[in-house]
Amino acid sequence: MKYKAFLILALPLLIIGSGCANVKPWQRGTLADYTMRADRDPLGQAQIEHMWFSREAASGGRGVGGGGCGCN
Amino acid sequence: MNTSLLKKFAVATLLAGTFFTASAALKVGDTLPDLASFKLEGKLPDALKGKIIVVDFWASWCTPCAKSFPVLDELQKKYADRVVVLAVNVDDKKSKMDAFMAKHPVSFTVVRDAEQKLVAAVEPATMPTSFILDATGKVRFLHNGFHGEDTRKEYISEIESLLK
Repeated sequence: MKYKAFLILALPLLIIGSGCANVKPWQRGTLADYTMRADRDPLGQAQIEHMWFSREAASGGRGVGGGGCGCN
Repeated sequence: MNTSLLKKFAVATLLAGTFFTASAALKVGDTLPDLASFKLEGKLPDALKGKIIVVDFWASWCTPCAKSFPVLDELQKKYADRVVVLAVNVDDKKSKMDAFMAKHPVSFTVVRDAEQKLVAAVEPATMPTSFILDATGKVRFLHNGFHGEDTRKEYISEIESLLK
């Protein structure tokens, strides 16, 4: 019984833990690539903004520019 | 559930936490590992002993690294006889480093950690990260990132303090 309870507690922890991928600062070249930028396609972004505005009567407030290298 | 089970669970959680966050990052007071043992691409400077060394870890995709290069170059030229600036590139491909170097030519030594073993041993927290070593090879100052003129002033002040 105790063993079962321990497994029930420990197993999710093990699964969640092993699913973590720790990207080191020197491995962020791909994340820093231009294609990872949220604002890489101005026309596409403008279309999305237009649809968002038409649907929600709200616009803007969509995060910040830059890639994902986390530099500085 | 009894107390013993809870204790076991707490220990397991603690161990897991330690495992996922454990870090052996190089810090102030530590000694830089022997560079010769890491098979770095490029030639290391001949006379490193007895000199102040600025070891800078950088990558071509890192914008602040590009901004730091003119400052590091200035340091190398200003303290040419007593300071060695050593830039360690961590790019996955040499072509990326070469393209960067063509755009940002410098007078200091640049080597490449192709296998990323040195950088894994040092574990810099950001790109770029620079370590200022005293004449005995001990890390005396550590810079995470590059913040323009502020970092430049800190570099000069720290190097001057080591030269006294």
